[in-house]
Amino acid sequence: MFAYLLRRLGFLLLTVVLTSLLVFLIAQVLPGDVCRVILGREAGAARLAECRADLGLDEPAAVRYLTWLADFLRGDWGESYATGEPIREWVLGRVRMSIMLAGVAFVVAVPLAVGLGALAGLLHGKWPDTLISIGSLAVVGLPEFVTAIVLIQFAAFRFPWLPASSAIPVGTPFREALPALILPALTATLVLLAYIARLTRAGVVEELRQNYVRTAELKSLPRWAVLLRHVLPNALLPTITVIAISTGWLVSGLVVIENVFNYPGLGRLLVFAIDRRDLPTLQAIVMVTVVAFALANLAADLLYAALNPRIRVGE
Amino acid sequence: MSAPLLELRRLSVAYGGLTALREIDLSLQTGETLGLVGESGSGKTTLALAVMGYLPPEGRVTGGEIRLAGRDLAAATRAELRAIWGIELALVPQDPFTSLNPALKIGAQLAEGLRLHRGLTRAEAQARAIESLREVRLPDAERLAAAYPHQLSGGQQQRVLLALALSARPRLLVLDEPTTALDVTTEATVLDLVRDLLAETGAAALYVSHNLGVVAGRTQRTAVLYASELVEDAPTAELFQRPLHPYTRGLLDSLPRPGQRRAAQPLAGMAGRIPPLNDLPPGCVFAPRCPLANEQCHAERPPLEEAQPGHRVRCHRWPEILAGTADPAQPLTATAPALARAAEPLLQLEDVTVAYPLRRTLAEVLAGQPRPAVQAVAGVDLQLGKGRTLGIVGESGSGKTSLARAIVGLAPHSGGEIHLLDLALPPDVQQRARPLLAQLQMVFQNPEEALNPYLTIGESLSRPLVNLLGLRGPALAARINELLEAVRLPAEYAARRPGQLSGGEKQRVAIARAFAARPELLVADEPVSALDVSVQASILNLLHRLQDEQGAATIFISHDIAVVAYLADDVAVMYLGRLMQTGPAAALFKPPHHPYTEALLAAIPGGGAAGVRLAGEIPSALHPPSGCPFHTRCPHSLGELCETETPPWQATANGKQIFCHIPPADLLALQPRPEARP
Repeated sequence: MFAYLLRRLGFLLLTVVLTSLLVFLIAQVLPGDVCRVILGREAGAARLAECRADLGLDEPAAVRYLTWLADFLRGDWGESYATGEPIREWVLGRVRMSIMLAGVAFVVAVPLAVGLGALAGLLHGKWPDTLISIGSLAVVGLPEFVTAIVLIQFAAFRFPWLPASSAIPVGTPFREALPALILPALTATLVLLAYIARLTRAGVVEELRQNYVRTAELKSLPRWAVLLRHVLPNALLPTITVIAISTGWLVSGLVVIENVFNYPGLGRLLVFAIDRRDLPTLQAIVMVTVVAFALANLAADLLYAALNPRIRVGE
Repeated sequence: MSAPLLELRRLSVAYGGLTALREIDLSLQTGETLGLVGESGSGKTTLALAVMGYLPPEGRVTGGEIRLAGRDLAAATRAELRAIWGIELALVPQDPFTSLNPALKIGAQLAEGLRLHRGLTRAEAQARAIESLREVRLPDAERLAAAYPHQLSGGQQQRVLLALALSARPRLLVLDEPTTALDVTTEATVLDLVRDLLAETGAAALYVSHNLGVVAGRTQRTAVLYASELVEDAPTAELFQRPLHPYTRGLLDSLPRPGQRRAAQPLAGMAGRIPPLNDLPPGCVFAPRCPLANEQCHAERPPLEEAQPGHRVRCHRWPEILAGTADPAQPLTATAPALARAAEPLLQLEDVTVAYPLRRTLAEVLAGQPRPAVQAVAGVDLQLGKGRTLGIVGESGSGKTSLARAIVGLAPHSGGEIHLLDLALPPDVQQRARPLLAQLQMVFQNPEEALNPYLTIGESLSRPLVNLLGLRGPALAARINELLEAVRLPAEYAARRPGQLSGGEKQRVAIARAFAARPELLVADEPVSALDVSVQASILNLLHRLQDEQGAATIFISHDIAVVAYLADDVAVMYLGRLMQTGPAAALFKPPHHPYTEALLAAIPGGGAAGVRLAGEIPSALHPPSGCPFHTRCPHSLGELCETETPPWQATANGKQIFCHIPPADLLALQPRPEARP
């Protein structure tokens, strides 16, 4: 088990290094010139060259990559080309906001989705299953900006205490931010919900057919014990991996949701950074996202191993 | 006679509109063991599940009663059944590998029912669970209770399921093919255990099996099911000696008896196949395959009549069969007498080794350690003459399939040499020239997987003809018809797809495909083990006939020693990748044997319960035992000599070669002579 953990951590490190290289390369081939953006269209060639030298853009790419990586690892993420703010504080403040939003969405979506999925799987072929399956299919087909706008139209105008815009200051404590979080979190929940519920349903239907379920039922166990002790732990194995992968999906989903609701999270910052050709900020955001994604996958693998003795305990 | 424990009265079960069981009348006394025999599609598993009150959702009792100690289970609700399940009525399922929850420890799976029903504490239930593991003679019960199912062998898992079923001392145990998924020597020990435990606990048992031999020595009565009907029910000994139903007779004649040889006593296969449930014949369900069927049989469903006291049969013609004026035996298809062949060598294996490399850890790679490997086949020497049949017997893990795959090049041999005539075969099939490929063909175990479901039968057959023989146009079509005819399939099958064929028919196509390129050598890996008994015999006869007609040599691989002995000229016995014994098939049943062969012979179901049983499990091929690989389980081990020294090959007086330290004369004294058989 220890060797397994070590191997996973090794892979995680490799993933992060490779993506950092990829991010750097993409930032290099991106069209547009930072200095042109900073200085405006009328700037002369001399001013541009000076600006490039200031920012270190005239060094060879390899040198720039290594310098950037070393600085990044030391915690010196540089300053924004666009605003001059220190990137680390800026990005991490936004990360906290996004985690709040994603956290609320997850806490609501995952238990609800697993519960609905398990119910549908248990009653498969009966009307609650049909209802849940069709409902989740309908929701999964809607893009999140549509869900968001519909929610704003219906909820925010009916219930005045629900703000239609979630433009709160960065660093707002969770308790105060909660009303502003409800609608964006609900949007994210709906999309996550459908996917996880469908997967859980499939898992439960599949496991209910297994012979060990018959063994358990013929032990005279009540239905709930069969479901909780025997079916769910096995049925949730594939779901766990998907939940972890949907963390990555959630990041991209948040880009849209945060922009629709004007919520000051990482996703909004990402759009801003791209818009302003703010490469150091962009790189920092992508690195943070990649690490978060890799950690979520690691957590999923560990949880999978913990629930699956065939991996945890060797032959 | 007291009131029966279990009584089925005119029980009918249907799936949707399809009748799976028709008006079954059957009863079982307290403490009695009743065998229920049938092929796939006969309804025997449906009957077992109906008795359990656990029919699948689409299954329904459409008529009749299932009375357990007077109570009607057919009308019981789920809640009422739950009060009986595991307590009065328990099931030992067919497939141990999937019947335990992979995510829970064995002890927890045994304990949970006890905690719930008996209100035991966690510790009490755990202690009781360990005790029940001891009752099924599992050594090291504490350790097993803390293990997960995947850490146990199939035999151990089946014992756990037996412990689970018996833990609440049920009055009736339903055993649904409890040993079908197990190796033959494991099967023998589990069957002995079941018999002993039933005697100890006094439980009655309904013993469902497709294998008449399994039922033979272990039940008081046997009922035979065929296509949803109960066709015969009699005391077991009487059923075997004097079957009255032509189907029962056909089943008995389909199995090679130990020592039966194809030349002297060919098997009588049954023509046709079990009718599908949506197309049952209007009269007697067996009439289309019955050699005695007359007009009445085709038109009128026969009643179940008591022909002798305690012997019931559902056949119009039982009085004539009983009187001996009608012979229900299936006609023998005449087979050409085997030609005497010069033993010109065709295939020679010298010190052949097949190793499957394993992964190294990073640390091992850095330390420069060599890549570890599992030796599936270790140093095998064999010869096969032109047109001869070599049988290879072994259990799972013996390396018999790896050897077969090495010969055809699917599992490249890593050491030694394989010569076909004078040509050394390249290990990998990719490196073998096309004319060579045509010489070596293989028939696989599972016909369901061996044929491409998207190709028609004709297209499947044309592949080797086009690729290996270069046939085109009318010649190709003619050869396909010829092949279909050779395996006794109608020519219109060329346009069908595998999905429309039964298992036996698919295996016929696979055999036709193997013979298509006119090979010198056919390698058949368990070609009949996935098939029903009545189909098995006809496939064996087909293989035998084609082999004679085409003059191909055959390597026939099976776990079933009686089948191998029936078909082969020579027999080789494998264990843990090594040969244990070689010799003529005619001498196989006559001692002296290698001790492992002795155990295999003793494990033949129906061959009597006497004889040696093997303890323990087959050791891992990754760490084979030192000295003689069989010494860890050998009933006659000499101790240190066997544990440290590789045994010599010794010749016996009846022409066998035995890989053993014990002199053949001593083995002869240790081993019983086979009983004389009629």
